[in-house]
Amino acid sequence: MNWGYFASQLFQSLLAVLLAPLMLGWVNQCRAWLQNRTGPGLLQPYRVLFKLFHKDAVLAYNASWLFRLAPYVVFSCMVLAASVVPLVATDLPFSLAADVIALVGLFALARVFMALAAMDVGTAFGSLGARREMLIASLAEPALLMVFFTPALISQSTALTTIVEQLAHRELHLYPSMAFAGVAFVMVLLAENARIPVDNPTTHLELTMVHEALILEYSARHLALMDWAHALKLMTYGAIGIALFLPWGIAEAGNWAMMPLSVLALLVKLAAGGAGLAVLEMVSAKMRIFRVPEFLGVAFMLAVLGMLIHFLLEV
Amino acid sequence: MNISFAHQMINLMAALLLLIAFAMLSQRRILRLIHLFAAQGLVLSLNTAIVAATIGQPELYRSALLTLFIKVLLLPWLLRRLIDRLNIRWDVETLVNIPTTMLVGIVLVIISFNLALPISQLAGTITRSTLGIAMASVLISFLMMITRRKAVPQVIGFLAMENGLFFAATSTTYGMPMVVELGIALDVLVGTFIFGIFFFQIRETFDSLDIHHLEKLKDRE
Repeated sequence: MNWGYFASQLFQSLLAVLLAPLMLGWVNQCRAWLQNRTGPGLLQPYRVLFKLFHKDAVLAYNASWLFRLAPYVVFSCMVLAASVVPLVATDLPFSLAADVIALVGLFALARVFMALAAMDVGTAFGSLGARREMLIASLAEPALLMVFFTPALISQSTALTTIVEQLAHRELHLYPSMAFAGVAFVMVLLAENARIPVDNPTTHLELTMVHEALILEYSARHLALMDWAHALKLMTYGAIGIALFLPWGIAEAGNWAMMPLSVLALLVKLAAGGAGLAVLEMVSAKMRIFRVPEFLGVAFMLAVLGMLIHFLLEV
Repeated sequence: MNISFAHQMINLMAALLLLIAFAMLSQRRILRLIHLFAAQGLVLSLNTAIVAATIGQPELYRSALLTLFIKVLLLPWLLRRLIDRLNIRWDVETLVNIPTTMLVGIVLVIISFNLALPISQLAGTITRSTLGIAMASVLISFLMMITRRKAVPQVIGFLAMENGLFFAATSTTYGMPMVVELGIALDVLVGTFIFGIFFFQIRETFDSLDIHHLEKLKDRE
């Protein structure tokens, strides 16, 4: 174990945590441009976080320890998840601790705490949001696992770093199965990050909100942590998508000279992904909550088809 | 063209074909269904052109052009005119709900992949591994015909099934003889005309395009 190894890990975790609000700001800015608005600027999420951290927290009088604990658990789950995904280099000590299946488990842990905390105070919106969130999650999770299995089959490993090394340092080969997995992944990303066809991130309308209803009771630093965790989740999903489907340009283990170029490549890819997400949100309308199972069913089916096609065409 | 690259391209086209077949299965709107049908025709035509370029059979280029002309331009245009005249652009009613249909679709894919494996091992063409996908798309189009209630989606399902058959022919034997191909193309074209006339007749008699009405005998009322 040398220090470079851990420095790389620390650098990537910090990069993910610090870049996450910027990513959210970029998506919002793109949306604003597409809607012919000026937009609040790229740094708005940082300003909101700063404001929230300097406020006094208000708690419901019947809130239990769970309610206070949940933001910290959710935030640390997301930090850990972000540390597992290779952003700019493939040497990540943490990545050996958690493969893609454990990554799905981390997301699930964060979600369970969010749902429990939302139900804890006992307001109607909290439990409504929790139920909806669990409905969506129970369908999105198997689809996400299936998406992961296709690249895992191609690279014969479930560790993300190995998958990236295998996919990035191999001569260009067209994988039809990865196309299916890619479409399914985008659908799961939209559902899991509360983006438009499934949930509207800017809504506060009672009947349609899912994610907003979950964090409705939080204020000040708790809300800041929840928001930051949400941004970090979007960032992590973006990083997973890049790692699985566009891995080129990532630095190999121990190759520090490649690092600046690799950071640049990551920024370009994230910016393109964020702009794509904004366009996707603009062209689609939010669907009814009862259409969501159908949407995620299609995602699951595409992921399974990807695996089947891998067995038929690529073995 | 480089053989291994061509092989990958053909596989990609096959995967796209299956993807479009599933998209048709999950589609609720007739207009989108027609667009998807046109896209399927385009993929089919591209695939034929790639096979032609790889093995150097000029005959297949003609077949690709024929596909492009009939299935991408002519038939979708006819169908569009038809639904405009009938004034049905929106709803497709399904008998079984869509997620269930999807699951049945996956089962069909597994069955046809299994069926095709031993057959494709006997074949010597570069496209042999795509036979499973061709069979799957035929079966999925068939499923679409079964699960739709209205007449127009059923006809689109029928045409999509013909696409699947054509793909199977290209993938196993590098296409059919020209005469057969022309015959089939004309059959499909004439079939669509006749279906179009039928649609008007059905609607005039029953005031709806629901096939369900055809099951009633007239004198029982």
